[in-house]
Amino acid sequence: MSQYVTDLSRIRIRTGRSPRALAVLSLGPLAMLAGVVWAFVQPWRLTLLHPYHQGFWWLVVEPPILVVLAGVVFAAIAAGIVHDLEEAEAE
Amino acid sequence: MQPPAEHVHWLFATGILFLGMLLVAEAIVGPEVWRRRKWRAYLWPSLLFGLGVFMWPVMVFFTNSTIHMLAHSSWAQMMMVAGAAELGLVSGKLKSRYWKLAVPVMLAVAGSAFLIHEANPWLYSRSAFVHHLCGWMLLIGALFPLGAAFKTRSLFFKAGYGLVVVAVSVALFTSRDVAPVFGHLSPSAGVAHR
Repeated sequence: MSQYVTDLSRIRIRTGRSPRALAVLSLGPLAMLAGVVWAFVQPWRLTLLHPYHQGFWWLVVEPPILVVLAGVVFAAIAAGIVHDLEEAEAE
Repeated sequence: MQPPAEHVHWLFATGILFLGMLLVAEAIVGPEVWRRRKWRAYLWPSLLFGLGVFMWPVMVFFTNSTIHMLAHSSWAQMMMVAGAAELGLVSGKLKSRYWKLAVPVMLAVAGSAFLIHEANPWLYSRSAFVHHLCGWMLLIGALFPLGAAFKTRSLFFKAGYGLVVVAVSVALFTSRDVAPVFGHLSPSAGVAHR
């Protein structure tokens, strides 16, 4: 019986995530989406698309890419956070 | 080789955005889950401390006025103090919960510095608007970590703190050296560029 309950719990975790887990997992993609939308709205801020005659800092610091990057780094961390959250919820 | 001021604002905005996302995530999952991995507990206090360290070169190189230098150095000091206090609390070297007040004090000082060092009115230029907006957001937003210092399990206060930090990063991303705000740009501000 105990084994059966444990298995059911694992299935629930794999098939459906809690609202808290979904909220944490959505933060990274939301930031990435914001960066992509910004790049479409103001493409001139992406100097990689037209790199000639640009200064050093305009080539290095491209704000829409920075926003996407923040989202990517956070998404990498979020996976571990959600793993720990689901472990805590299962206990 | 010195970067334009707006690029510096965007670099800090990126760090502050990441900081805000970490704070919101911690508020959502709670401190017990957040601290299940030791390195994660140190993550946002270290980032806050690091942002304070990186504020010093800004203070040294952007010397267009004394009040700017004072504002940048006060941000640098307060971010380092708040980051160090949180690091001390996480490591267990600081025991008193009153060290939690370092963060709301930091936000209040940072907000005041924004408002004091901006000499122009709200609609003078984009930069002036961003300074006023950040100042008031930080000053009022300081109430969130202040509440969280006493109600440590409050999702409202902790998530509010994180969202204020995200909002400040968004405001910093809109910063431009010379640009209009809502169609207003004072002739004395200079010529708008991209």
